[in-house]
Amino acid sequence: MTTLHLRGAAERPPAPPPSPRNRRSWTGWGFIGPFVAVFALVFLAPLAYSVYLSLFRDQLIGGTTFVGLDNYQQALSDDQFWASLGRVSLFLAVQVPIMLGIALLVALALDSGRLYGKDFFRISVFLPYAVPAVVASLMWGFMYGTRFGLVGDINDALGVSLPDPLSPSLVLASIGNIVTWEFVGYNMLIFYSALRVVPHSLYEAAEIDGAGQLRVITAIKLPAIRGALVIATIFSIIGSFQLFNEPSILQNLAPNAITTDYTPNLLTYSLSFSGQQQNYSATVAIVMGLITMVIAYVVQLRGMRKGA
Amino acid sequence: MTGPSSPVTTASPTIPAPARAPGTPPRLRTPRVRTPRRHTAGRPRRSVLLTVLTGLVLLYSLIPLLWLVVSATKTQEGLAGSFGLWFGGDFALWDNISATFTYNDGVFTRWFLNTLLYVVVGAGGATFLAVLGGYALAKFDFLGKRAVFAVVIGAVAVPGTALAVPTFLMFSKMGLTDTPWAVLIPSLISPFGLYLMWVFATEAIPTELMEAARIDGASELRTFFQVALPLLAPGTVTVLLFTMVATWNNYFLPLIMLKDPDWYPLTLGLKSWNAQASTAGGDPVFHLVITGSLITVLPLIAAFLLLQRYWQSGLAAGSVKE
Repeated sequence: MTTLHLRGAAERPPAPPPSPRNRRSWTGWGFIGPFVAVFALVFLAPLAYSVYLSLFRDQLIGGTTFVGLDNYQQALSDDQFWASLGRVSLFLAVQVPIMLGIALLVALALDSGRLYGKDFFRISVFLPYAVPAVVASLMWGFMYGTRFGLVGDINDALGVSLPDPLSPSLVLASIGNIVTWEFVGYNMLIFYSALRVVPHSLYEAAEIDGAGQLRVITAIKLPAIRGALVIATIFSIIGSFQLFNEPSILQNLAPNAITTDYTPNLLTYSLSFSGQQQNYSATVAIVMGLITMVIAYVVQLRGMRKGA
Repeated sequence: MTGPSSPVTTASPTIPAPARAPGTPPRLRTPRVRTPRRHTAGRPRRSVLLTVLTGLVLLYSLIPLLWLVVSATKTQEGLAGSFGLWFGGDFALWDNISATFTYNDGVFTRWFLNTLLYVVVGAGGATFLAVLGGYALAKFDFLGKRAVFAVVIGAVAVPGTALAVPTFLMFSKMGLTDTPWAVLIPSLISPFGLYLMWVFATEAIPTELMEAARIDGASELRTFFQVALPLLAPGTVTVLLFTMVATWNNYFLPLIMLKDPDWYPLTLGLKSWNAQASTAGGDPVFHLVITGSLITVLPLIAAFLLLQRYWQSGLAAGSVKE
């Protein structure tokens, strides 16, 4: 059967354009229908419901009333919300460049073909991605701690006293370290996969022109993987704004440093599940969603504009 | 709800379409994608300095895992009393493992089975839906296709928590909370998986091959299962692994949806054991948290290692040509 088809394909005249415009039919819906149906149930319906919720307020006296955009007004003047947004913005500004920078350097090193034991490097750096965020946070939490942690060990061994990673002033950096550890390998792999499909003829041409390694990187490799860089940046931005798991797990160890409104997601969670303010929580979540989408969109536009 | 306006242009440089000669059968299924590099003068000279520098990142990645393995061999007292990166006096790994599985009437076993259920049904279903949908987007033109695509890609940018609360309230009215369905149904959707399959199917299935099958009289379903699906295998494995990680690691959704510990996945269970120590009168079981963490991590690492040649060729779709 397969050979028959392969031969059939080989005998055909030059291929039609890759997009199959010639068959506009309902057949496609048969295949994408199941996805769209579940998608509507778990994405679109909650989204619509969320918008609906955000327009109401549940009061002790008088029950649920329509309040228009009052919840939004409240969110935009809510210090708790802005503080949490500021925290994840700072996190984003510091952690994402560090993580993506390390990932890019490792990907370039792997792609250069100059490493000993390349395969071992690639798979080992990727491994932390297979560790659940909960486990990663528990692990690092133990290591940060003084009781049976590495920080305590180092203090004992060297007779120094390192600052406590779980103190209020350092805990954000400590969370950043956990997130970096989890996702360096994942981003490295995205970059590395993109680098591998750069046509070799470009390198040969550069070599003939006498270009050095650095020049090849800046003139060929980085422009070639611009798309991957933008995608990874967008995913990292979305991830930073959604920060929840790591701070939520570390809360047990550092309840004074990580408050229940530490990140916007922790805030919405505590609003709806401990505070019973589901309408306001939905509003905060929508505002966060809009901010995230606007920033992701701007990054995409800026990242793509200079493309050749 | 508006997504990035031109996701296609964003995406395509990541995985460019291979410049395949017309009629040449695709070679994406070649299991080993490591073709010898020829792009610099002969073979580039290996560099000790570069290896050492990259080695720092390697150590950063592996040391916490080493800590986890070493710590799982210690008793609770040993954990506090010995150096974190080396074995303590007593080797308690086997005791820890059996204690992990038997503590609290063997609830860990239950969590493990729950996680397996969520992964098999959730990740398996998500992959199947993504493959079907990606195939449709890549190979068919249909009314509303652009809209479907824009909405789905836009959805990637919607933070999970923006949806979590309303999903919880909806599911609560439908009587689904505190049942496995509350975790399973949302797990069935992977916009990223759909996107990946769409890119992959565009390259991996020559339209001529599908038309040949149709001319031979194959139905659309048969064309999909017998012609397309085998060609999509590396992409499918890639999506399956990523949805598996997402489901195995899922924490936020079960945290919201489940109250009954009998339905917890491993992540939520470990968290509850860890939190136990800080509650009044709670029994600190840090050695079980650590051993349980190791047991939680191992299956995924094993899956990645065993399947690496497949998922990596799926990620680097199109890189085989030369």
